[in-house]
Amino acid sequence: MKRVLLWVPLGAFALLFAVVASGLFRPSDHLVHSQMVGKALPQFTLPKMVPDAPGLASTTFTDGKPRLLNVFASWCIPCMAESPNLMALKQHGVEIDAVAVRDTPRNVEDFLKRFGNPYARIGDDRQSAVQLALGSSGVPETYVIDGHGRIVEQHIGDVRAEDVPALLAALKKAGG
Amino acid sequence: MIAEGGLAALWFAAALALLQLVLAAVALSRRQTAIGVEDMLAAVRPIAIVQGVLVVLAMLLLIAVFVESDMSVRLVAEDSSAAKPLIYKVAGAWGNHEGSMLLWVTILGLAGAAVALFERTLERKTLVATLGAQAAIALGFYAFLLFSSNPFARLDPPPPDGQGLNPLLQDPGLAFHPPTLYLGYVGISVAFSFAVGAMITRDVGPAFARAMRPWVLAAWIFLTIGITAGSYWAYYELGWGGWWFWDPVENASLMPWLAATALLHSVTVLATRDGLRAWTIMLAVVAFSMSMIGTFLVRSGILTSVHAFAIDPKRGAFILALLVIYIGGALALFALRVGTIRQGNTFEPISREGALVVNNLLLSVILGIVLIGTLYPIVAAAFGTQLSVGHPFFDSTAGPIALALVALMGIGPLLRWRRDDLRAGLKRIAIPAAVGVVALVALLVLAPGIHILPLLGLALAAGVAVASVAPLWGRDLKRTPLFTYGMVIAHLGIAVSLAGMASESAFNKETLVATRIGEPQHVGPYTVTLLGVRPVVGVNWSAVEGVLKASRGGASTTLLPQSRFFSTPPQMTNESAIKTVLDGQLYTVLGNQDDAGRWQLRLWWKPFVTLIWAGGALIAIGGALSLLGRLRRERRARRGEA
Amino acid sequence: MKRAAALALLVVAAPAVADTPLPPAALADTQLPDPHQEAEARALMETLRCVVCQGQSIAQSDADMAGQMRAMVRQRIAAGEKPREIRKWLIDRYGDYVSYDPPWSAVTAPLWLMPLALLIIGAWIARASFKRRKRGQG
Repeated sequence: MKRVLLWVPLGAFALLFAVVASGLFRPSDHLVHSQMVGKALPQFTLPKMVPDAPGLASTTFTDGKPRLLNVFASWCIPCMAESPNLMALKQHGVEIDAVAVRDTPRNVEDFLKRFGNPYARIGDDRQSAVQLALGSSGVPETYVIDGHGRIVEQHIGDVRAEDVPALLAALKKAGG
Repeated sequence: MIAEGGLAALWFAAALALLQLVLAAVALSRRQTAIGVEDMLAAVRPIAIVQGVLVVLAMLLLIAVFVESDMSVRLVAEDSSAAKPLIYKVAGAWGNHEGSMLLWVTILGLAGAAVALFERTLERKTLVATLGAQAAIALGFYAFLLFSSNPFARLDPPPPDGQGLNPLLQDPGLAFHPPTLYLGYVGISVAFSFAVGAMITRDVGPAFARAMRPWVLAAWIFLTIGITAGSYWAYYELGWGGWWFWDPVENASLMPWLAATALLHSVTVLATRDGLRAWTIMLAVVAFSMSMIGTFLVRSGILTSVHAFAIDPKRGAFILALLVIYIGGALALFALRVGTIRQGNTFEPISREGALVVNNLLLSVILGIVLIGTLYPIVAAAFGTQLSVGHPFFDSTAGPIALALVALMGIGPLLRWRRDDLRAGLKRIAIPAAVGVVALVALLVLAPGIHILPLLGLALAAGVAVASVAPLWGRDLKRTPLFTYGMVIAHLGIAVSLAGMASESAFNKETLVATRIGEPQHVGPYTVTLLGVRPVVGVNWSAVEGVLKASRGGASTTLLPQSRFFSTPPQMTNESAIKTVLDGQLYTVLGNQDDAGRWQLRLWWKPFVTLIWAGGALIAIGGALSLLGRLRRERRARRGEA
Repeated sequence: MKRAAALALLVVAAPAVADTPLPPAALADTQLPDPHQEAEARALMETLRCVVCQGQSIAQSDADMAGQMRAMVRQRIAAGEKPREIRKWLIDRYGDYVSYDPPWSAVTAPLWLMPLALLIIGAWIARASFKRRKRGQG
């Protein structure tokens, strides 16, 4: 009995090792995921950001048509990187609405002029209120919303070319 | 050529470490051989010394390439820049992964040489085993440096200038905070080697404890200084007035300290009363594993975010492998050998050693809480939950136990060794206890609404401050041994530090405002006015500097907080400006300007906050006196024998 | 080096290159007029984790998003919401990650019970160091 107990420290150390090693070798996920996926979009109404695109309200997302909600900012570098891929999605007939976070109309206009405008509507989220309500932890993020205002999926970080088919598929699934 | 010289010195040092390990193994394994223990010692002493000299040389050469700004050395190009004050070029040598690991082995080499040169108490065979263990540890770190983190690697072609040292590290704190912590870690590794040596020769007893004690004490002093300095550095550098965040990296430095504190007390029990034999060995192993795990947590970045570190799993894996070899090996040895070591003495519950056993119990529990709390997010992630464990958890679990521990610290030294009478013991703690109760009542009446932990902390600090000097009452102060003074001062330091922590959290005053120039703002007893904002230029930064007039009563002083902009690498830091007075600190930070032209100011009045670090300094001074006292007594005892 | 690494970590958290041109919301860095409410907000902010810095509470971060979260906490407290409700609102959005105070659940139960378990195990180990009292003596 006593002899066995002497091995307990080594056992405890093995456990400690397992924990630490799993932390080291498991492909670790440092992203903070929104818990809103699967839930209804929070209620909001945002004024328009630029003259040529209307503002954005949560009621827009209950018209039966699945669409993307892109959270972006003109000051964010990955947002510039993802713009061609959003344009590609637009070409596929996807309707993308946007929440511009902590931005100025002028900067957003410049941004759209430089990189193209994939958005149907752009809401001005000056105080990050909608961003926080979405559980978004940064820009850019893209949410797939089904036709009934429910969040189906969250894509964290810039949309890469290889993400486009997956987003299209998610939209199709949300519609069917 | 300097860099190549450094690399060569490292290789030679590694070869000598290997030789030292082999010689130790040979001397211990074969009983009938030409090489006896005495011959072995005669051979190993110079080897250990030359190894120490070589590795110090390597470190000096690395500093030389940093001072020269030799951009063809990869490390310099990545972490330094030509336009940087000299002190940060020198300190920059260890302000990065490879350099800090080299500093680690440098101190390890020095410690090995010191053991070989000065250790006279230990039984010869155990000393040989200890030096062998020490060589094994050094060898692992040499391998780490040479195979995966070569600090002397070259770049071809060299860039015109380096990428610069992280601006937050460009602070005098960098010059001595890492070296002190490493001195502590390495001291712990010596204690570990002693424990392994003693397990190999089954020589665990008071003589072994007396030999190990100075090393544990020295390590503990440096860990104390390292944590205290690190806490103050973060306090003034991060610009939010916080001095402890329960951040994984801080916990990584706290855990070895907790283990070393427990070890320090258990080794005293072993030396004085020949008890806690297996436990002391175990603690030495635990303390070293905590410093290895601490190094691992920081180096691998598993507990921080992708945004923070370029995580290098290879490095993490290497440290982990070393951890498994050393700690796994030592614990296996423990399981095999401890059963064969004679049981130590057992104790009466009401006695000094009884209190020390409880001290060890509580320290170990706190250590366990910090360790598991720090690592728990990894466990939770395995179950698919993202979790944060922060100060609410640690405060509510480790907090009460720490308070109980401090209370015990007041009582323990007032108990007699061997066996004490309950009634007599109570009589001795009556006065400190009364002081604590009076303080508690006074606080409840004068400052109602303080949270429970700071309230108890302040009352306890008052009582324990009295209790900690009580062992000197009625003693002939001239004949009281130095180490008793050491203990009294260190314990007093804990009470002082606790008072600072509790006072800061109970009475902290905060003012966050957007202010116009000339508009007076109030915080605690101070009125602070922003007189103006001006540009300032440093060697490698430019800044906007706020000119603040702070007045209290009739007197006023000027404070100059800055927002600094560094160009290599591009980054902004807030340099707080702090006014230290007898009863606390006024802490000021200048923020940004808003649309209306007002400046953001963050002002704090922190009553008696300096006691936190003053207490830390007292603890270290107490440790140093204790060490001096022990060394003197050992020398006298040896002379007496001779 | 530990502390140095911590500092390095905290710095990268505040993105230096790309950041919003807008100043932080008023309540991000100014206090509520009611000291009781401010104390409540302060205590709550210290237990909420900044989701972009990952190593700091929102009460002690220079990141813009932390400032926006501070402003939100103060607004809600001023509007009469209880800290408990605000924490729940955030956990509903960001998960347990956002709270430094791990909420009780099947996953966190071992964590919260662990201190007690350690005390019991420790006491059991320490018992071996004490002399057994013979009956009639104690």
